[in-house]
Amino acid sequence: MSKSKPVLTSSLGKKLIMSLTGLFLCTFLIVHLIGNLQLFKDDAGYAFNNYAYFMTHFTPIKVVSYLLYLSIIVHAVYALILTTKNKAARPVGYNQYDGKANSAWNSRNMGILGTVLLVFIVTHMQNFWYQYKFGSTPYVEYHTELATGNQEIISLDEIPNDYIGYQSLNDGTIETVKSKDLYRQVAVAFKNPLLVGLYLLGMAALAFHLIHGFQSAFQTIGFNHKRYVGIIKWIGIWVFGILIPIAFAAMPLYFYFVK
Amino acid sequence: MSGHMNLTLKVWRQKNINDKGQFVTYQAKDIADDMSFLEMLDVVNEDITRKGEDPIYFDHDCREGICGMCSLVINGRPHGPKYGITTCQLHMRSFHDGQTIVIEPWRAAAFPVLKDLAVDRTSFDRIQQAGGYVNINTGGVPDANTIPIPKRVADEAFESATCIGCGACVAACKNASAMLFVSAKISQFALLPQGQTERYERAQAMVDQMDAEGFGNCTNTGACEAECPKGIKLTNIARMNREYFTAKFFRQEDIHA
Repeated sequence: MSKSKPVLTSSLGKKLIMSLTGLFLCTFLIVHLIGNLQLFKDDAGYAFNNYAYFMTHFTPIKVVSYLLYLSIIVHAVYALILTTKNKAARPVGYNQYDGKANSAWNSRNMGILGTVLLVFIVTHMQNFWYQYKFGSTPYVEYHTELATGNQEIISLDEIPNDYIGYQSLNDGTIETVKSKDLYRQVAVAFKNPLLVGLYLLGMAALAFHLIHGFQSAFQTIGFNHKRYVGIIKWIGIWVFGILIPIAFAAMPLYFYFVK
Repeated sequence: MSGHMNLTLKVWRQKNINDKGQFVTYQAKDIADDMSFLEMLDVVNEDITRKGEDPIYFDHDCREGICGMCSLVINGRPHGPKYGITTCQLHMRSFHDGQTIVIEPWRAAAFPVLKDLAVDRTSFDRIQQAGGYVNINTGGVPDANTIPIPKRVADEAFESATCIGCGACVAACKNASAMLFVSAKISQFALLPQGQTERYERAQAMVDQMDAEGFGNCTNTGACEAECPKGIKLTNIARMNREYFTAKFFRQEDIHA
C-alpha cells in the first residue's frame, strides 16, 4: 500500500484543526466572561481597570492572547478552505432541498453565523482592544482614604502629566490609583444603540454557533461515548449556547438601560 | 379502500454525462395509492414509451430495500418523505391527489449523472477497494465461537454492516460528504477481531480515497443519519475519526515500516 497522505492535508485533519481551534476559543469565552463580570461592580471601574491592565501586560496572558488571535484566524481560514471544497463537492445543486427535515438550521449555517461573529469580533476589538492599546481611551484617578474608605474619582480625558502606566501609590493615608479608564470607554460605547444592537446580534450568533459547534467539535475529535455525549451536549447548549451569550449580552444592556 | 390519484411530476432529464440536463413535466394519471414509487414511475414510463419517447432512466434492482440501487431525491429528500426506507419501499399513499413531485438524481461531484436519474456510484466501490476488506484465508469452516466476540460488539458491527451503500448520506449532506458511508465500512471491521490486521491501514487508505474522489467534509449536521434508509448512526463517524487519528498520531510506524 502506498504512503498515506499527511494528516493535515486530509479532510479529517482539516476538521481536526477546526475542532481544536474552536474548543480553544470556547475556553477563552469562560475566562473573558468571568473577567468582564467586573463591569457589573458599581465601583466606577476600579476593579475592571486593574484587571484590564493585568490582562494586557502580564506576559503569559499576552502569549495566550496572541495564540487566541491566531486561532480565530486559523478557524476562519480553514472554514473558508473547507467550505470551498464542500461547494465543489456539489457543483450542481438541488432544485428542492428540504434541509429542515433532517438537520437543525444552525448546524447548516455555521458559515453565516461564523461570518457574523467575525464581523462582531473585528468591531469589538476595534471598540476596546485597539482603543485601549493605541487609541483615545480616557484616564482616571482613584483617591482612596485608607482610614475611612472614602473614594474620590477623578475622570480625565487627557493623559495626566506624570502618567507612566497603571500605578497604585500608597503614602500611608491615601491610596492613589492612576489608570486608563477602559470602564468609562465601555460605558460610553454602550450608550450607542446601534452598537448595542450589533453586540446583541453577535451574541445571538454566538449562541447558535456554539449550540452546534461545541458538541460537533467533540464528535470530530472522535470523542463520542454513550456516558459522556449527553453531558457534552448539555454543556454545549446550556453553558456555551445560552448562559455565556446571555451573560455577555447583559453587559451592553446594563450600560444602555441601567448605568 | 384503494384510492387513485393524478400527479404532476417534475423529473430531471439528462441525455448523458456531458448533457446539461433540465426538468421535464409529466402527468402521472390514475395512480393507485398502494403502488410503490418505482411502480408509479414504471406506469409513467409505459406511457412515455407508447408515445415513442425515451423513458425516464432510473436505478433499481431488488425493489425490497436491500440492494442499495434505487436513489432519487423526491421533493428535496433522498428516498422521499419517509424515514428509514429506500425509494422502492416508498408507497404512493405518502402522496396526495394533485400533488406536484420533484424528482432529482443524487447531486455530488463524486456521483456524476449518467442519464436522467441514474448516477455513477463507483466512487463508493473504489473507497471499498482501498481498504474495506479483510485478508483472511477462508480455509475450512471453523468451529463456532472459537473467537469470542461480545454480543453487543457483534451487534454494533452488524448495525454498521447493514449499510447498503446507496449514497443517500451523500445526497442528504449539504456538503456532499461520504463520511457516514466510509465510517460504517471502517466500523464494521474495526469492531471485530477479523478486522484488526489491517485496522489502521484501512482507516487511512479509505479516508485518502474518499478525499481523492472529491466528496465534501462532514459538518456534523446529522442529515445523513436522519435520511439513511438503514439507520446508520453518526457514532460511526466519531469512530472513523478515532481510527484515523489514532493511526496518524500513534500508529504511523505500523504502516510504513
